[in-house]
Amino acid sequence: MEIVGLNENNIRKISKTKHEEQWVLDFRLKSYEMFKKLNMPDFGPKIDLDFDKVIYYKSLEKGLNSNWDKIDNNIKCEFASLGVIDSEKYMDGIGVQYESEVIYHNMIEELVEKKVIFTSIEMAMKQYPDLVKKYFSKIVSNSDNKLAALNSAVFSGGSFIYIPPNTTLDRPLQSYFRINSRGMGQFERTLIIVDDNSHLHYVEGCTAPTYSDSSLHAAVVEIYVGKNSTCRYSTVQNWAPNVYNLVTKRALVDENGTMEWIDGNIGSKVTMKYPACILKGDNSTGTCITISVATHEQNQDSGARMIHIGKNTSSTIISKSIARLGGNATYRGKVDIKESAINSKSIVKCDSLILDKDSKSDAYPTNVCRTSKSNLEHEATVSRINEDNLFYMMSRGIDEEKATELIILGFIEKFREELPMEYAVELNQLLKRML
Amino acid sequence: MLSIKKLFVKVKDKNILNDFNLDIKEGEIHAIMGPNGTGKSTLSKVILGNKNYEVVSGDIIFKKESILGLKTDEIARKGIFVAFQNPISIEGVQNSEFLKTAINERRENAIGLFEFVKEIKEKVKELDFSEEMIHRAVNVGASGGERKKNEVLQLSLLEPEFIILDELDSGLDIDSLKKVCEAINKYLESHKKTSVLIITHYPRILEYIKPQFVHMMVCGKIVKTGDYNLAFEIEKSGYSDTSVMGSEKENE
Ligand SMILES: Nc1ncnc2c1ncn2[C@@H]1O[C@H](COP(=O)(O)OP(=O)(O)OP(=O)(O)O)[C@@H](O)[C@H]1O
Ligand SMILES: [Mg+2]
Repeated sequence: MEIVGLNENNIRKISKTKHEEQWVLDFRLKSYEMFKKLNMPDFGPKIDLDFDKVIYYKSLEKGLNSNWDKIDNNIKCEFASLGVIDSEKYMDGIGVQYESEVIYHNMIEELVEKKVIFTSIEMAMKQYPDLVKKYFSKIVSNSDNKLAALNSAVFSGGSFIYIPPNTTLDRPLQSYFRINSRGMGQFERTLIIVDDNSHLHYVEGCTAPTYSDSSLHAAVVEIYVGKNSTCRYSTVQNWAPNVYNLVTKRALVDENGTMEWIDGNIGSKVTMKYPACILKGDNSTGTCITISVATHEQNQDSGARMIHIGKNTSSTIISKSIARLGGNATYRGKVDIKESAINSKSIVKCDSLILDKDSKSDAYPTNVCRTSKSNLEHEATVSRINEDNLFYMMSRGIDEEKATELIILGFIEKFREELPMEYAVELNQLLKRML
Repeated sequence: MLSIKKLFVKVKDKNILNDFNLDIKEGEIHAIMGPNGTGKSTLSKVILGNKNYEVVSGDIIFKKESILGLKTDEIARKGIFVAFQNPISIEGVQNSEFLKTAINERRENAIGLFEFVKEIKEKVKELDFSEEMIHRAVNVGASGGERKKNEVLQLSLLEPEFIILDELDSGLDIDSLKKVCEAINKYLESHKKTSVLIITHYPRILEYIKPQFVHMMVCGKIVKTGDYNLAFEIEKSGYSDTSVMGSEKENE
């Protein structure tokens, strides 16, 4: 089944296919009205998208499985070759989305005993409506921006995670998103609730094959981090170079909570993504570490937003951008320390590395500190691989490609240090493949 | 081993090397002395195929083959090593990573970690470096003298057959110069076929690493060649001395 084009009728069709309750449909329709009212972002790269041509829904009508053997063999092979099936052994649980629907979900027995919930958002809406309603669209409202409104109208798939109080997972949970059709739009909606005194590491991966016409990935991720809890959300997006990746990610952090975004942007045609932390609780902490690599005809517009509301809150933004072969890797970020956020501090450090004269890397920081009792630091560097560096390295017998790679890997060393081991390896491999 | 024939080199329309000729045989040690700006460092960069310099005519033959037109890394892997006059720093790239990569580029199979660590520690000690420098970025925050020592560290690990020392002595204190020269001599001791070209302004380094030939270079060419003693003559009378200049014909 396939739904192309955006109108009320199609939205009703999506909802009907999913056998949704009325409140969900109402939410979708209201969001669609919002979408029509809102304008595209007035900043950042140019977006050349015809919303009427996008495939808004596509599924294989096989439902959700927790056994790979029950999944279509071709698709199973595809995920096997992507290494997804193999990666399951490093995780406590894994979810896989293909086109519009989550096709696979599984987690270890122990988590069931711990009453951890890890399922698709649709399933959660049916099984745990009260829990979902309490947080859904409360952190990213459907009027937040045009693409969040679009996602709210047509969302399909995405993960729902609930970690009960006083629960720690030994290993991460992972979701993997795959777009496979040309002209496909993927609009997953993820909601993560880490209740008080708990910890979660969530890993997200995504890929798509390359087609000549554009695909759209417009996700919304909402996270609630409870008191004394920690959530780390790691992403490596390696979308094909025809994908518009326009994503709204936001976490609300309660007292003493910690939110960490670790974000790698390697693929896509255009990415606009600024993971946010709303540091509402006193003593809460937000971190966002981003690495973006933009190559030929790629535009990575990424960064972070830190909104300080509670007292003694602290945030760190580390952004590493690499631009090469005419690519554009831009940092765009915002730190807003509200009047109420006394004794807070924020550090923003963005470094960019430009590999040749056709490439670009800009920084658009907005830093606001509304109380004299708090402190905001901003540091930015731009470096270029210059001929002298390359000549020196080559004079020791290292070829140009390898020398460039060493310089790049050195540049992102900081980012690698922040990553858990198995993840660092993955990122290194991805980067090496790019070079 | 290295033979430079009638080399003319330009940079940005400025002639720097004019009919430069030099022949260095296996195991020989040569020295070049010449005033500032005469083209000594240019010569070493041209030998390494630096793209900023345009070779107008002439040839550079290394081990019987022309190396003109080869890429810098290819030339280096053929066995030529230049210890630069002003070594640059490279942010983010660790010495160990840098050296390991350079070593591996010359080998079929990657060097074992144990072997590498053992070797590098040995050499670091020999040069009086503190061990933690291995994990520092290449020359970042390093003093002038430390950079020179790092050049020699690289040299001893990469095992070149032809070495150019471009003003190795500048920036090194008396004790360090001695230590560094001892390390080089030890290397030459065990690599008898290796040839050396020492570029310097002062004979002191030549007292440690004794050349068989000393060349005087003025305005982009060698104007006089002599033995070890020429270095002291030059130190005494400088380059403008007519008796030295007048001997240009002898050289031809
Ligand atoms: N990349 C370049 N661009 C422009 N001019 C250059 C460049 N490289 C060298 N030169 C010029 O060429 C001339 C020779 O320089 P070179 O560094 O070879 O001199 P040198 O003999 O090594 O001098 P010193 O004894 O001071 O080290 C100088 O006039 C220098 O300014
Ligand atoms: Mg010089």
